[in-house]
Amino acid sequence: MSLRYTESCDIVVVGAGHAGCEAALAAARLGLDTLLFTISIDSIALMPCNPNIGGTSKGHLVREIDALGGEMGKNIDKTFIQSKMLNQSKGPAVHSLRAQADKAEYSRSMRRVLENTDHLSILQAEVTEILTEDGEVRGVRTYSGAVYQAKAVILCTGTYLKARCIYGDVSNDTGPNGLQAANYLTDSLKSLGIEMYRFKTGTPARIDKRSIDFSKMEEQFGDEPVVPFSFATDSEEVQIKQVSCWLTYTNERTHEIIRKNLDRSPLYSGIIEGTGPRYCPSIEDKVVKFSERNRHQVFIEPEGLYTNEMYVGGMSSSLPEDVQHEMYASVAGLEQVRIVRNAYAIEYDCIDSRQLYPTLEFQKVRGLFSGGQFNGSSGYEEAAAQGLVAGINAARKILGREPLVLDRSQAYIGVLIDDLVTKENREPYRMMTSRAEYRLLLRQDNADLRLTKIGYEIGLISRERYENLLRKEEQIKKEIGRVEHVNLGTRKEVQELLKKYGSTPLTSGTTLAELIRRPELNYECLATLDPQRPVLLPGVAEQVNISIKYDGYLKRQMKQVEQFQKLECKKIPETLDYDQVPSLRTEARQNLKKYRPMSIGQASRIAGVSPADVSVLLIYLEQKRGRKS
Amino acid sequence: MGNDTIAAAATAMTDSGIGIVRISGEDAFTVLNKVFRPKNKKKKMGEQPAYTVHYGMIYDGDEMLDEVLVLLMRGPHSYTAEDTVEIDCHGGAFLMRRVLETVVKNGARYAEPGEFTKRAFLNGRIDLSQAEAVMDLIQAKNSFSVKNSLSQLRGSLQKKIRELREKILYKMAFLESALDDPEHISLEGYSENLYQDLKEWIIEVEELVKTSEDGRFLKEGIKTVILGKPNAGKSSLLNVLLGEERAIVTEIAGTTRDILEEQIQLQGVSLTILDTAGIRFTEDPVEKIGVSKAREQAETADLLLYVADSSRPLDESDEEILHLLEGRKAVILLNKSDLKTVITEEEIRKRTTHPVLSISAKEEEGIRELGACIRDMFFQGEISSRQEIIITNLRQKAALSNTGKSLRMVLKGIEEGMPEDLYAIDLMDAYRSLGMILGEEAGEDLIDEIFGKFCMGK
Repeated sequence: MSLRYTESCDIVVVGAGHAGCEAALAAARLGLDTLLFTISIDSIALMPCNPNIGGTSKGHLVREIDALGGEMGKNIDKTFIQSKMLNQSKGPAVHSLRAQADKAEYSRSMRRVLENTDHLSILQAEVTEILTEDGEVRGVRTYSGAVYQAKAVILCTGTYLKARCIYGDVSNDTGPNGLQAANYLTDSLKSLGIEMYRFKTGTPARIDKRSIDFSKMEEQFGDEPVVPFSFATDSEEVQIKQVSCWLTYTNERTHEIIRKNLDRSPLYSGIIEGTGPRYCPSIEDKVVKFSERNRHQVFIEPEGLYTNEMYVGGMSSSLPEDVQHEMYASVAGLEQVRIVRNAYAIEYDCIDSRQLYPTLEFQKVRGLFSGGQFNGSSGYEEAAAQGLVAGINAARKILGREPLVLDRSQAYIGVLIDDLVTKENREPYRMMTSRAEYRLLLRQDNADLRLTKIGYEIGLISRERYENLLRKEEQIKKEIGRVEHVNLGTRKEVQELLKKYGSTPLTSGTTLAELIRRPELNYECLATLDPQRPVLLPGVAEQVNISIKYDGYLKRQMKQVEQFQKLECKKIPETLDYDQVPSLRTEARQNLKKYRPMSIGQASRIAGVSPADVSVLLIYLEQKRGRKS
Repeated sequence: MGNDTIAAAATAMTDSGIGIVRISGEDAFTVLNKVFRPKNKKKKMGEQPAYTVHYGMIYDGDEMLDEVLVLLMRGPHSYTAEDTVEIDCHGGAFLMRRVLETVVKNGARYAEPGEFTKRAFLNGRIDLSQAEAVMDLIQAKNSFSVKNSLSQLRGSLQKKIRELREKILYKMAFLESALDDPEHISLEGYSENLYQDLKEWIIEVEELVKTSEDGRFLKEGIKTVILGKPNAGKSSLLNVLLGEERAIVTEIAGTTRDILEEQIQLQGVSLTILDTAGIRFTEDPVEKIGVSKAREQAETADLLLYVADSSRPLDESDEEILHLLEGRKAVILLNKSDLKTVITEEEIRKRTTHPVLSISAKEEEGIRELGACIRDMFFQGEISSRQEIIITNLRQKAALSNTGKSLRMVLKGIEEGMPEDLYAIDLMDAYRSLGMILGEEAGEDLIDEIFGKFCMGK
């Protein structure tokens, strides 16, 4: 193809989904000239599946993105229509925010932010080729043949590579919502030696609100007051009038319809080759795998304020159209259902993410980064988190700074990326709280305390926000110290308050902190016994309460983290030749060569690497270090 | 950042009279203070100068264990370049083991195989040129220990531990799926239910700890099965090894129908020897049972000793035994070298890669060579097996008590009304500890269990 047009910039981002938006914003905000490519500008920050942001562990990711200076939290605060804090009856580590989004608003609002960010340009074109020279990225070529030179390229192609949408025997070679697929980039990547996987995911039907009989369903309200996602959002601004979701159930008849038509499902007939996620199974999967269940929950969720489309959560499917109609109509309240968009499964190309460093740069191609579903993850929040890290690291590479790598004890983002680049991943990866071994410390309530300093040092957090954080930190420390020393006698006022909360009366004096530790009490409810209590910044009381209440558990986790970090800080030089390391077992040697961990800690988590291999590596590195000095 | 504190036996754990338990790490002196009571009660160990020796007693709580001498070394002037304490025990293998256990109970942990050497190296105490040897040693010791910890565990106990571990996994998976998908899975009644289970599990674990205490936990020694055709001299070999007439030795082929199990020490290597009925084609129903038992035993053995009668030519049964040896650790013994031989070592070597030795059970010839051969095969001359097995046993016991401890923490958490996601970390610890006994890591099995057993997701 002849060269028609050339332009240069610092960073090219391919794809403007949730990963691409964060990547482009981070890069541009750090002062790098950034060019964001999308197949359709009207589909920026599109939510092609569920109409919500957050949820268990995903809510944590959004908070962390926000604490580091990303956009997702702010954007959902501006565009949500219902919000809930999940798991409130459980411990603080698993409290998770989830908000229903007005999809169109979410997309529009993100587009506005992108369009008004300095150093950032948006371009509608399909990138078809990655240009490299001596293993280093040089830019991209688009379908028209135009060349855009860049020092770094970030791939955030989502589910668009060789995408195929399937239901029944209908198969369209398009991306989600009938958007054009990207059919050329895979071959370019393959020619660079990058190994591809094929994954599959799916989405349920959208139905017309007017065809639903809500009287047969349970109404699901939002929380009041609403807690914002972003630490920077004023909580007054999010106390809006919320809309409801609705709960209904499938029944034996629904299951019968599905079973009867299983042979027509492309999943069971073998038309679909990709590997699907276990955590969001299609309704066919649920019925087959859990045949003893006589009903499954179905959540009817609005797609926005200015549309009648409703999302049928819990019933994703790739059954043929006629079966879909029959199946949905069998659900209570959906007897007269009118489908607006069919449910479908989608297959797409993605990579074996172990080809990446934890910086999200490709090992094989310097300057080439990637994030999101392209890396084999799933979910808007997982995508955004990776996009942010990829954007930051691409920028820092160009600026000649150390990369940002969060470890498993610092953030869910660290767990997410470490899992992706270290473990074999055979299905779209979803974040789960059970994947975070130090989750008692990685709470959504303290994401700012964990990460905002890092965000400030990177340059994505303003000085003002940083100083607020320092003040908050200081207050928490002081207040914990104070509460440990507030002595309470057995006076009547104390005993009466204890009685009110069903707590055993005191036989001798104690401290306020001791009372906070009782499960039935907390910092807030003891306010009347504590006249000296100072006025505190938002969020401080919560931290004081958690720190005191769960002190024992938190300290134990901190100890574990200390052990963990010892191996994490031991870096492995990029140039290490594993063939020169004696005594490694063959399997360990092969995997280390293939996946090139950045630290001894990461090496220890690679399949086939035993503790003895880790010791051997440590000694070898020490020996090399000794020789040099 | 300081290293945690490790402990191990620095000398062989034999009944030779004196043995040394070594403790190294930042808390070495703290641990010592908890277990050691000096003769002169005013002496504070932490304040004593380096390279001094102190006399006193080791106590496990209030129980006096042993009369000892304690040598103090301060980092960096010790083998590991860390604070180090050496306890000279006087009471032989049993007490040495108790002393080591007590030290671990009081804040040290069992050293990984080769860990003292590794620390010495990483702290710059060993010459760089020795690095390679250190790496080899660590790898060899580890592979031995990993393999052994499981193979030494009695089958019935393995099964119990596995079952308990599966039960814990199921409970964890349920909890985690509810935490991750609260709208589909409810935790109502979960903690009450778990509370009952915990009580049962704790009793089970306590029983297992007891089993490990009275030594029924491990099959101490390399499980060795003697194979051979009837009357090839298997029982004679066993008797020579035992130094007494134990198995019935007769001229009639097929006399050994039961399986005899004996513990022996062969040049410091301990073997659990099973003498089996000869393998041959037989119609005798009683003998048939013996033969199939022998095959079964051979399949789970660590070492196979194949006794071939050199005075008779090889036949079908020999071929079959040679086939059994493929891919296994085995030594081929050409017995009756005192008689006229019709098969030679060379002849056998052509058919197998296993070592071949000529012996005479009757004249007790070739037994030393057999010992040396087994040593090489299992320990590359480096490790005394008994030592490793004792350590394995201690480690497994420690893992079991840790399991118990973690389960009790969960119990306490529930009693104190802690939320599920908090006590879940102790449940996970219990699961991990049990895994250590089986040599299994936690990995992805929780996630797999969640998706396998519970219906999640949008």
